[in-house]
Amino acid sequence: MAGLRSAEGLRAHGFADEVLVVGDESWAPYNRPPLSKEALHGDLSHDKLVFRVRSNASDVTWRHGVTVTGADLGARTVTLSDGETLGYDALVAATGVSARRLPIPGPPPTASGGRHVIRTLDDAVALREALVPGAKVVVLGAGFIGCEVAATAIKLGCQATCVAIDPYPMIRPLGPELAAELQRRHEAQGVVFHLGVGVTEFVGEERVTGVVLSDGTVLEADVVLEALGSRCNVEWLDGNGLDLADGVRADTALRPVRDEGALDGVAIVGDIARFPNLRFDERPLRVEHWSIPTDTGRRAGAVLASYLSGEAYDDVVGATWEPLPSFWSDQFDIRLQSYGMPGLADPDGVHLLEGDLHDECVIGYHRGDELVGVVGVGMLRVVNTYRDKVGHPTIA
Amino acid sequence: MSLKVVVDWDLCQDHGQCAFAAPEVFEIGEDGRMHVLIEEPDESLRSKVEDAADVCPVQAIKLEG
Repeated sequence: MAGLRSAEGLRAHGFADEVLVVGDESWAPYNRPPLSKEALHGDLSHDKLVFRVRSNASDVTWRHGVTVTGADLGARTVTLSDGETLGYDALVAATGVSARRLPIPGPPPTASGGRHVIRTLDDAVALREALVPGAKVVVLGAGFIGCEVAATAIKLGCQATCVAIDPYPMIRPLGPELAAELQRRHEAQGVVFHLGVGVTEFVGEERVTGVVLSDGTVLEADVVLEALGSRCNVEWLDGNGLDLADGVRADTALRPVRDEGALDGVAIVGDIARFPNLRFDERPLRVEHWSIPTDTGRRAGAVLASYLSGEAYDDVVGATWEPLPSFWSDQFDIRLQSYGMPGLADPDGVHLLEGDLHDECVIGYHRGDELVGVVGVGMLRVVNTYRDKVGHPTIA
Repeated sequence: MSLKVVVDWDLCQDHGQCAFAAPEVFEIGEDGRMHVLIEEPDESLRSKVEDAADVCPVQAIKLEG
């Protein structure tokens, strides 16, 4: 997605020469959020999920099914899994994240072993096949994706159990009050939670048949989903002096930051970009929200087009760029809509702004006096009115 | 051919992001549902309408022309 948006961004800003996009999946870029939501109990075809490509980017060359394995940013080359080395004038790093696996003993971490993840369309197709009525589904991790899949599994007639080390589902972004309320709503629909516990091992040889929890509980399982967050696909950038501690550290022009300064001609976009957003503060943060690939791709397109043309580069690099992160989540009949960075709030900075916590509501997330995030449970029209009040944008 | 906005109403879930990207063309109604204000917007609105199609979480907005 971020690669596509970067290519479109380059074209939108006047770059007319060759653009090549290399990606490890066999599919053209598609929309991932439905994979754990409506598509998982509906239509999981690529046709329905594929992104529209702007007409300005119709001449971009795509190479699907090829992984980038290394880069020499000094020599301006990247190496690919098929052995080819490509030179470039400008490079966009949009390699995203992979689903994290639990590093404990058990059957092989494959769908055929009953151990699923959900990141790609192929992952979702494999999981969908396993979600047959009556199946015992154990979801490891109670973040948004874990809770969405648990809700979908219930809709499909499965039994669903969520296991997480956290005290409440989705607590880190949402805070305990809303998280506890959402847990209650999930439980009312039949989801079982085991919280505050870890997983010590999987049961089963070739196929998983259960999981053992740190409190000694053994849960039977036909299907296990590891929804434990992500790891950044940045190993290919090793050896270039970049800060790869958490994604790739970048500046507000999305240039990677090295000890000796920002590196021109390279842009870091999407889930792997750890950049400062002055709408909030100067601390570089990685933001895995759906809006970020588009926002960073457009920004990268503008910066690199200017770099390649040599026109107004300092102005473009120095321009104010403060994207408003947003994401949504659908769980049963609950629609959550978030703007900003609720996770930045003070522990005592979470307050009901509108409505009723036990029904539809809008929750505000504050750091000091500043509203850093807002989450709507339903009330879409109302939560949308808070969009412009989040953070302290330099330009309103 | 002039620009034409086509919304797949089976897909649309009234997220409303389009109304922020292109308020001239899309509106969240009093009923909470999305409405297209101009089905064939002027060429000068193309960029905004493209932005609106990009930010639709369910890819419900198609452009013709």
